[in-house]
Amino acid sequence: MRVALFITCVNDLVFPRTGRAVVALLERLGHEVAFPEAQTCCGQMHANTGYRAEALPLVRRFVEVFADYEAIVVPSGSCAAMVRDTYPRLLPEAAAVAARTYELSELLVDVLGVTDVGAHFPHRVTYHPSCHGLRMLRLGDRPLRLLRAVAGIDLVELPDAEQCCGFGGTFAVKNADVSGAMLADKCDRIAETGAEYVAATDNSCLAHIGGGLARRGVRARAVHYAEILAGTP
Amino acid sequence: MSNPLVGNRPFPRAARTALRDAQLRANLRMATGTIRAKRAAVVSEMDDWEDLRAAGAAIKADVLARLPDLLVEFEAAATAAGAVVHWARDAAEACAIVADLVRETGATEVVKVKSMATQEIGLNEALAAVGVEAVETDLAELIVQLADDRPSHILVPAIHYNRTQIRDLFARRMAAVDATALTDDPPALTAAARAHLREKFLTAKVAISGANFAVAQTGTLVVVESEGNGRMCLSLPETLISVVGVEKLVPTFADLEVFLQLLPRSSTGERINPYTSMWTGVTPGDGPQNVHIVLVDNGRSHTLADPVGRQALWCIRCSACLNVCPVYERVGGHAYGSVYPGPIGAILSPQLTRGGDPSLPYASTLCGACYDVCPVKINIPEVLVHLRQTLRHPVAERPAMRALAWVMRDRRRYAAALRAARAGAAPLRGLARRRGGTTVRRLPWPLSAWTAHRDAPLPPAQTFRDWWRASGRPQA
Repeated sequence: MRVALFITCVNDLVFPRTGRAVVALLERLGHEVAFPEAQTCCGQMHANTGYRAEALPLVRRFVEVFADYEAIVVPSGSCAAMVRDTYPRLLPEAAAVAARTYELSELLVDVLGVTDVGAHFPHRVTYHPSCHGLRMLRLGDRPLRLLRAVAGIDLVELPDAEQCCGFGGTFAVKNADVSGAMLADKCDRIAETGAEYVAATDNSCLAHIGGGLARRGVRARAVHYAEILAGTP
Repeated sequence: MSNPLVGNRPFPRAARTALRDAQLRANLRMATGTIRAKRAAVVSEMDDWEDLRAAGAAIKADVLARLPDLLVEFEAAATAAGAVVHWARDAAEACAIVADLVRETGATEVVKVKSMATQEIGLNEALAAVGVEAVETDLAELIVQLADDRPSHILVPAIHYNRTQIRDLFARRMAAVDATALTDDPPALTAAARAHLREKFLTAKVAISGANFAVAQTGTLVVVESEGNGRMCLSLPETLISVVGVEKLVPTFADLEVFLQLLPRSSTGERINPYTSMWTGVTPGDGPQNVHIVLVDNGRSHTLADPVGRQALWCIRCSACLNVCPVYERVGGHAYGSVYPGPIGAILSPQLTRGGDPSLPYASTLCGACYDVCPVKINIPEVLVHLRQTLRHPVAERPAMRALAWVMRDRRRYAAALRAARAGAAPLRGLARRRGGTTVRRLPWPLSAWTAHRDAPLPPAQTFRDWWRASGRPQA
């Protein structure tokens, strides 16, 4: 299958290794990845911060750039939710493209029908379900099913996993103190698991969590789950 | 008098103060955690919970769509049953009506059933101004009143107190209590409050209540409660005055069936609440003989005019959204500055006040936990985002957000910005490497808000799109 990759602006600049992992993973599974270079940002930050007028051109742009692809994969639950959940409400003609847009675990499990992607990752890992994937996309246990099938992984449960990490986009700076308090609790729960890695579907949450872990000297490192799924012996 | 719906500080500043109170955070974590678990247990045993939620939302949407007709129907039915119906445009009118009604009775003390509507209009303060003392009879409201404090939760207004703090308060403020003998054992505290209140119930000539529901078809008011204090107030005094927001209507008696299942499970985490009181006007020789109902607008018509924001009026004040909110759990209710705190407060207070604190709709990560538990399916994140659209933005933010959107609108500008960010980060990358990491500890304003609480990640030397090109894969 030919799959278009929407990398997201944060991954493009700060976490390119997540994009490389998605490409490696899909190619390993025998699929073709296309990267439309005209893509920029989905507009989520603007739309969610009260700048709908500024977000709309970005919505239109996404719809144009990805109009001809039968499946679009996004290695971010919140950007995928922006496209699938919010786009049709902002721009009715975006509905068709929105319906063909998938977060990575949806593409793998629902569209490509695979849970064992042949990965190998001999480490103790805990998983934080990011909010928009959990509650807007209803990813359920898809990411966990993929992770459980990874060879060598020691997957441990994260206490209070479904509580928000406190990132929340511009919330992290507009309400920095509350965000920091939520982060402190999340870091404590991660530390309790003794995991080497905390995985999630979203690098924005992981930048926040990873930054908190580094600040506290907790040994767990934040890693996008695509990078675990791309891992081979 | 300060507005009960607007605080005197923006949310982020009030939250900062609250976060410094370790006792408060411990009390809140304990209390919200307990009630969350109770709710989850009694909701999970219902096979038709999602159908009930959908029915609750549908009934509320229907009520709002024909509110004027239903209000007139309610007034006619209640009047026919012997009640007197009053109409109040705003808080001041509602308070004046109630104050006049109390003064006509000659009473200088009234007993109160826990009511958000009377909190919202600042009724206790208004009555005090005309020489009438309003005695709260709900245990938690009594605690807050004795402490000269403000409620911090819709359902459990004294959630920010633990039992040791309550013991000390009772010992200090209840005249009949033996301060040395009183322990912080919950039954002992309850007994002290009971003795204190019993005399009030038996001597009161006037009671003031709100209502959880008002049935248009029959003119019936409904109060749902746990302690029996409400039943005392609603049945013993000669005069009963109920302050009711106009959105509290349900069309028919049968509609209560849906809400009386949704409300207790969502609020106290009980299958059914201990006391459900219903009254329809006056029953000669039984209960209050002077029954007044004050229907209050106070910003509700304004809220109703907004097609997205109006769903805030579906709220049945269960407070499930507070208990599940990670922001509320950290800061408590006072930080919201309104008698309606938490997620529902963040969408209700700014609408009822036509603005209020413009930082309130940002007091959320949009995690969506509130929407999931709402028994009437209010899409709180949707309304938060909608309100962010209508309120004024911070002065420095607007040009920055516009510039960023301008960059993102064009692939060349976007690619150039990525190159610039990558290049700008180069010296920091060197620093981080020497420290043996990939993150930076301190950044200048405005990014300092980020690094105050966590390290910041740095862009690596190659963006994804550069890698894609360099990998020789086809360009699209």
